[in-house]
Amino acid sequence: MQRYIIRRLIQGGIILFVLSVVVFLLLRIAPGGDPAAFRCGFTCTDDKIAAIRKEMGLDNPYFPVSVDLTDPPFVSFNGESQYWRWVRELFNGSLGRDWNGAPVADELQNRLPVTVELLIITLLVTIAVGVPFGIVSAVYRNSPADYGARFGAILGLAVPNFWVATLVILIPIQYWDYAPPLTKTIAFFDSPWDNLRQFVPPAIVLAAVSAAGVMRLTRSSMLEVMRQDYIRTARSKGLRERIVVIRHALKNSMIPVVTIIGLQVAALLGGAVIVESVFNLQGVGIYFLGALVRKDYQVVQTLTVYIGAVVVLLNLGVDILYAWLDPRIRYS
Amino acid sequence: MSAIDAGDVAVAGLAPRTSRWIMAGRLARDNPLALFGLLVVIVLAVCAVFAPLIAPYGPLDFGAGTKNLDPTWKHPFGTEDLGRDMFSRVVFGARISLIVGFSSVIFGTVVGTGLGIFSGYSGGTIDSIIQRTVDTAIAFPALLILLILRQVMGPSVETLIVAVGIAIIFPVTRIIRGAVLSEKNNQYVEAARALGASTPRILFFHIAPNVAALAIIIATTLLGTAILAEAALAFLGLGIPEGTDFSMLFFLSFVGLDTPSWLGFLEGPAVTWGKDVSAARNSFPVHIWWAFFPGLAITLTVLGFNLLGDGLRDILDPRLRGRL
Repeated sequence: MQRYIIRRLIQGGIILFVLSVVVFLLLRIAPGGDPAAFRCGFTCTDDKIAAIRKEMGLDNPYFPVSVDLTDPPFVSFNGESQYWRWVRELFNGSLGRDWNGAPVADELQNRLPVTVELLIITLLVTIAVGVPFGIVSAVYRNSPADYGARFGAILGLAVPNFWVATLVILIPIQYWDYAPPLTKTIAFFDSPWDNLRQFVPPAIVLAAVSAAGVMRLTRSSMLEVMRQDYIRTARSKGLRERIVVIRHALKNSMIPVVTIIGLQVAALLGGAVIVESVFNLQGVGIYFLGALVRKDYQVVQTLTVYIGAVVVLLNLGVDILYAWLDPRIRYS
Repeated sequence: MSAIDAGDVAVAGLAPRTSRWIMAGRLARDNPLALFGLLVVIVLAVCAVFAPLIAPYGPLDFGAGTKNLDPTWKHPFGTEDLGRDMFSRVVFGARISLIVGFSSVIFGTVVGTGLGIFSGYSGGTIDSIIQRTVDTAIAFPALLILLILRQVMGPSVETLIVAVGIAIIFPVTRIIRGAVLSEKNNQYVEAARALGASTPRILFFHIAPNVAALAIIIATTLLGTAILAEAALAFLGLGIPEGTDFSMLFFLSFVGLDTPSWLGFLEGPAVTWGKDVSAARNSFPVHIWWAFFPGLAITLTVLGFNLLGDGLRDILDPRLRGRL
């Protein structure tokens, strides 16, 4: 198991390295958008741009090693390079500055708590709704409850979340003159009630889709497990149905569900762009979108690697959890 | 039990083959939801193709009605803040949704399936290189690809199709590769190789048909996702700008042709459902109907394709139930 984890971590490191090189190059090769010009703003002069380029290190060559096939000895080493500078910044945590000139590290420090709180509430709602409905749906198969839950899930997967989010804001305004606090993000410890008023509606919107997925998966995997021999054994030795379902079936049927929840955590940690923008939550997603639209090198490449790392680690976490949930699974 | 069943039994007694129509009827009876999905898709396709004939007003006609009307008989979906008829706009919106959905899914699944078959059949180093590339590509932000494409190709239908299509390629590659891995150890592949079939021949004539059902199922399931993605991008202001000239036969321009004049009704200004929902957010005073109907149209479309996909999966490959 240990060797397996180490191997996966090395593989993940390679993926992240390739990802970082690709995003680094793509940002610079693609046309349009000079981050120095963006930071410079409207009152810009050539001198100012030159100063900003120098500060951001954009005058340096891209990579520590340059290859030129026309000029022997073909390979030359550069003292300072943009890529090397960025990698250093990634590891020491000073992440440079974004298009506003604000330190990226500070921005992330302010925005990650917003994203994480949204993630936690969304996940709670997802599990609290998806898993019980999935179990009921499977245990009382083809009952009205099952049809209702399945219909709800089909609907949940089809509804666009930006539409639900829009309606969740507009309907209370029109009919009850109520709106959640939308102007600025309120920290939980400053005012728990206002904070929840702000975070619960977007979390429910996000959870609508993920709960639908979790419910469907719980149901199908529960049905699969309930067909197994050991369930028949448990029943035939006279256990009550409730014990059979909860003690024997539930744990094993959670294995595929863990994967989908893991994937959702990964997706949400990268920020929920749409919901954040509709509810005006200053999370990571909206920051990433802003950076993408402005082709801000520093923020886009840093967040790409961050999201990639989250995906790699969560996938590994899910596989380890598999082995814990189902001891028959062995990795080598 | 209907008369058809009795007929079936009688026919089955005489001849082993059941007519295709009776088969179709039986499938429809067993999958009422899939039938509903099919119905939704057909209605949408008709709306998209014959939009100018169905919509009572042009999608950009400012004078269609008074501003911000609630639904009435004259304007069944109401009007928006410039007095344009929402029913007409929703009908026209079906065009972008369907064209982008279908084209991107066809592009993405064809490339993804090809890559998956190649990767799975090759095995060894080629397979690991492709799979690590897929790993990296899945971790890559799809929005960045879209934004770069927009800068290179401009914010057009083609840009959107390519961007959504690229995002589809990699997950499809992975699923198809898995299927090929289990397929290639079957004896029919060995038999083909023993008979001296070349590798391309085995790939195209022996393995491809066997993963085709899976590819079709994935494609149908992805249609809903692709349509949602288009709508979300339009909502974020990254879709096709409103009013851009747009022909449903846009692909003809790739081979240097124009839309023939007798098909002129397939051309028109681009209107997207996602953008209307987004615009309605800033309506003042709040006008919910403006956001309501385009969003409902998206929901019904995605629902239709999802139900159709589920039905198709049950018919073509019941083993996949609950896994896709």
